[in-house]
Amino acid sequence: MENMIDIIGSLITLLGAIFIFLGSLGIVRMPDSFNRMQTGTKASTLGTILTLLGLGIIVPSWFGKVFILIMFVMITNPVSSHTLARAAHFVGIKLSDKTVSDILADDEKNKKEE
Amino acid sequence: MVNIILYTAGALIIIGMLLSLWRFLKGPHIVDRVLAFDVMTVSSIALIALIAFFNNRIIYMDVALVYGLLSFTGVLVIARYIEKGL
Repeated sequence: MENMIDIIGSLITLLGAIFIFLGSLGIVRMPDSFNRMQTGTKASTLGTILTLLGLGIIVPSWFGKVFILIMFVMITNPVSSHTLARAAHFVGIKLSDKTVSDILADDEKNKKEE
Repeated sequence: MVNIILYTAGALIIIGMLLSLWRFLKGPHIVDRVLAFDVMTVSSIALIALIAFFNNRIIYMDVALVYGLLSFTGVLVIARYIEKGL
């Protein structure tokens, strides 16, 4: 029974590692800076959380420190990604050709006209 | 069985870090490089946690926490610098 719990935790860790790998693959393959930012940050955050959670299931006495790390990653990673995306928009990076709408640029244009 | 699955997970994380290292070296703009650096740091937090499990030392988790804190501060500072200068 205990062995079964270990295998379940290691499979969760493997799922997190697959998410991290797919996020890095998206960083190489995506056509645009903002697309790269989206795939990199979301997939790698989920992958890190799943990896730490699986290790916490395998070794239950580590769960407190693992929980602190999970909360830390959940708080800091979106903040840094948001700041980076804002800087990338205002420094004038071009969007890819397939972009449908850019609401922030439309808002700024409306504000200037007023 | 558990060790084999965890070694596979570590190998996948290392391959992902190498892929983002490629984007870090090639990236056309500073933003791409900073983004690749951020992803490399977040994956290395998971890798340090795996190393802590293999060596059976909980003290390595503190290293991962401090590493993540430094990376977060670095990305924030570089993003503010790109946007309007320090």
